This record gives sequence, C-alpha cells and structure tokens, in this order.
Amino acid sequence: MSTVSKVVKKRKISRPLGFCIVGLLPILALYTYLRFIPIFSTFYLSFHNWDMVSLKKPFIGFDNYIKLFHSDLFITALKNTTIIAFSVLLISVPLSLIVANALVNKVKYRPFFESIYFLPAIMPMVPVTIAWKGILDTNTGYLNYFISIFGIEPLGWMTTPALAVTSVAMITIWKILGYNMLIFIVGLTGIPKEYYEAASIDGATGFKSFRHITIPLLKPITLLISITTLITGYNVYSTVYVLASDTQGSPGYIVRVLVYDMFENGFRFFKMGFASAEAVVLFAIVSLLVVIQFALARDKGDLKNRKKVKA
Amino acid sequence: MNTDITANKVSAKIKAGWSSITGTIIITLGSIVMVFPFLWLFSTAFKSPTELNNWPPTIIPKLFNIDNLVGVFKAAPFARYFLNSVLMATISTSAILFSSALGGYICGKFHYKWLNVFFAAIIGTAIIPFEIYMIPLYLQMNNLGLVNKFSGMVMPYLIMSFGLFFMRQTVVQQIPDELLEAARVEGAAEWTIFIKMILPLLKAPMAALGIFAFLDGWNAFVWPLLIVSSKQLYNMELGLAMFQSTYSVNVSLIAAGSLISIIPILTVFILFRKQIMQSIATTGLK
Repeated sequence: MSTVSKVVKKRKISRPLGFCIVGLLPILALYTYLRFIPIFSTFYLSFHNWDMVSLKKPFIGFDNYIKLFHSDLFITALKNTTIIAFSVLLISVPLSLIVANALVNKVKYRPFFESIYFLPAIMPMVPVTIAWKGILDTNTGYLNYFISIFGIEPLGWMTTPALAVTSVAMITIWKILGYNMLIFIVGLTGIPKEYYEAASIDGATGFKSFRHITIPLLKPITLLISITTLITGYNVYSTVYVLASDTQGSPGYIVRVLVYDMFENGFRFFKMGFASAEAVVLFAIVSLLVVIQFALARDKGDLKNRKKVKA
Repeated sequence: MNTDITANKVSAKIKAGWSSITGTIIITLGSIVMVFPFLWLFSTAFKSPTELNNWPPTIIPKLFNIDNLVGVFKAAPFARYFLNSVLMATISTSAILFSSALGGYICGKFHYKWLNVFFAAIIGTAIIPFEIYMIPLYLQMNNLGLVNKFSGMVMPYLIMSFGLFFMRQTVVQQIPDELLEAARVEGAAEWTIFIKMILPLLKAPMAALGIFAFLDGWNAFVWPLLIVSSKQLYNMELGLAMFQSTYSVNVSLIAAGSLISIIPILTVFILFRKQIMQSIATTGLK
C-alpha cells in the first residue's frame, strides 16, 4: 500500500468519523454498563469477600474457589446440573435429528407437524413448567396414571431426588427439541439430492445412506446444536424454580442446580464473592464448551474439504 | 448391470415406503407428547373443582366452566402484568433493532481500527450467558437506585450482542460499498444515508431479529425475578410464577392463568408461523 492511497482513504473517511462516534457512543455506554463492567466485576468479586453492605471488601485470593469445592451443596449442584445438561444433550440431539429427518423425507402434513414440535421452543418457561408440574403430580398427574396402565406404582416425580433430576431433564428436552429440529431441517435441506441418488445406485438407501451421508455431512451443525444444548442445560433455572416453588420446607434442595445455588448464596446469604466464584466456574464451563466447538469445527472443515476432493 | 440398478431402485422404493409409514407413526406419537402439556393447560383451566379430583383424570372436561378464567383476573392483577410484558417486549425490541442496525452498520462499513476492538469485545460478550453476570449487574443497579424499577427491569434487554453481530454480517454481505460512495458523492449526510437508505434495505433481517427480540423480552423471567419486588411491576412470567406459589392449592386457577399467559404467543405463532420459523432458522438464534 502506498502512502498516497492511504491519504486518499483517510480523507474519504474523515467526515464519517463524527457519525461513527456519535452513533456508537450511546451503544458503547450501554454495553459498558450492562455487559463489560458486570462481566469484569464477576471476576473481581470472586477474589474478594463481600456481604453487600460492609464497606470493606478484602482481597482473599482463591479462597472462595477453595471453599466452593469443599461445599457439599455446590458439588451437588454441579453434579445435578452436569447430569441434566448431558442427558438433555444425549437424548434431545439424536431425537431431534430423527424427527427432522422423518419430516424432511417422508411425512405428510409437514408444516403442521413442524409447528407442533417447534411450539414449545418459543413458549415462556413458567406456564409450560406449570403444565408439566400438573402432569407429573404424584396423586393426580397423567404420567402416573399412564404408567399405572402397565402396573407400575405411582412415582414421586418431583419429590424423589433422582426422579426430580429426570423430570427437569425431561422438560428441558421437550422444550429444546423443536429448536434443534428446526436447525437440523435447515441442514438436511442443504444436502444435495445427488448424493442420495448416487448412493442409491450403489445400493445404499434408508438407514445406510442416513448413516454414511446424512450424519457425516451434518457434523458441523450437530456440533453447534450440541454446544448450545449443553450451555442451555448448564443454565437451567426457571424450571427448577417453578417445580420447587411450593414444595414445603426446602425449595431447590430437591434438585439443586448451579444457578439456583449461586442466587441463593448471593441473595439469601449475601456471600457475593462466593456466588461470583460460582458464576466464574459456570463461565469456565461455557468457555470450555465453546473452545471445544471451535477446535472440532476446524477438524470437520478439513474433513469436508477432503470429501469434496474425493467426490 | 442395468437390471441391477433398476432392481436396487425398486427395493429402495419399497424400503422408502416402509420407512415412510414408520416415520409417520413415530412423528404422530411424538407430537402427542409435544402437545400434551398444552392440552393439560386447556383442559384443567376449564375443569370444575370436583372434576379435578376424578381418577382416572379426564382429558376433555365434561362441562366447560369459565369461572376459572374470570376468577384469575380477580385473584391477581393479570391485566397489569400483561401490560408490563407488552411494554417491556416492545421497548426492548425497538431498542435492540435500532442499536443492532446502527452498531452493525458502523462496524460493517467503516474501517477504523478501534471499531474492530469494539466489535471483538461485543462478540466476546455474546457467548457469555446472562446468568453469569446477573449478580454484579444487580449490585450496580442497586447503587443507581434502579432496583424495583421498571427501567431497571427493561435495561439489560435494550441491547443484544448477537443482534449486532447478525446485523453486521448482513450489512457486509448485502450492502455494496458503491451504494454508499454514490450517496456520499451526491452530498448526502451520514445520518441521512443510514436512516433513508440503509434501514429500508435491512427490513427483512430486522424483521427476523425483531421476532426473536420480542420473544426474548416477553419470556424474560430470571432477571425480573431478581430486580423487581412490587406486584405492579411484575411481567406475565413473574406474576404467574408468584401466583402459582401462593395459590398452589387451586390448580384450575393456576392453569387458567397459564393459559392466558400463553395465548398472546400462541396467537402470534399461528399468525406468523412461517416468518417466525424462518427467522429462527436464518439467524440461528434461540
């Protein structure tokens, strides 16, 4: 680049500089107040001891983190949340692919079914959880009625800890399925028909072509969906709040999840530093997932190129 | 050789026919599970107290009784909650659309180094879930006296990192530099270019983003739960959650409240089904 062209470029854009500054200033102010500062404060607070009222905010290094991993409640929350996140991943992703594949290829009234499956994804969390709460009710719920047909005794879907975790996972799967399905449909309709025709000439149809064409070509999308699903799973909160909100005695103790534990430490026990350390752990988990996604996506990119060359 | 191919094709067709039938069966069974919670809300909302205790539970109420739907407005200020939700979602959507379009346009079409820094910082925040920095944000708002204020509830919903990112990508892909150059040569001011030329060109992506922003604002729950404590400020979600914990005995009334709270989204979905699904599919947002 010669200096002349640089000068010309500079002269051309000197007038818009004012526009950029005036336009971005309010946006930058909002981002700073609503995103940058609180994100930074989360890290800052996690290394301090603070009860929200006292003027002193002593620096205590990694003490909050050490305490965190000695807290039984936190470990329980971490365990529960991880179980929920991974069961949602392992069930909802294959299931949504099956549904998407069936809808794209074979089923009549596709728009109707697509809408039915997608509907929960855009619904507000509170009313749908209330509906599930009614269905899961031990004494009057439809689910216990349904299993009683098979001779199974009524189960405490919201009172037995292990079943309560299952229930939260179930509701989350139901909610996220349609969204994942929609993204899979976008991916599936993007696969050229010629691939399947070529495969059918070689005798590969049905499950075989699904296994050897659809699944490999959908890998980047599957990866994206898996990561967003896991992140959603790790942030689960509203479901637990509504499910547990009228349980006598100890709301949130039945299924303790990370966000619940964090808010309780922050706003009930006023351990702001401790709660922030929990947020940082949650942040670390999310970042790790995103890094894994990027690393794997790069691999997949190479694979795709190789395939193209081969074709 | 040729017969082989046709034989394969025929068997493929038979196989496809079979999998079509199994596919339809699976899809139909699955869709029953998907709609069942909605069915539950609908049926429970119309049930009388005596019918609630029937075992086995009935799916279609014997008598459609609208006492619950009327009673719910008496039991809690649902009209107020509804209004708050409408206000919050509308303000949030307008602000997100404007800030995303303007910010996206500036980041996409102007070439200052500091813009890259700004844009990178925004992308960085896009992947961080709101729950992670809610506590410090609450403390900040507490210092400014925004706790238990409508403005405090709406504020975090005025911007959306992903929205700005999405608008920038759209601007880069769809608006040629020549268009801007031509307008500048003719002496148009930068603001005029943005408002008169760029915004109309961004109508379709803005509609897509708008639908998403509206749902996000309407469905807000965790933040309102933290920041708002007076009943008059509750949005639908918060109002409903509080209502169900105080009236936990009266299941029909809770179901009626839930039904009322999903009717707006249901209506919007039925009217704009295609656009909504299209917008979620193209933005990849959730």
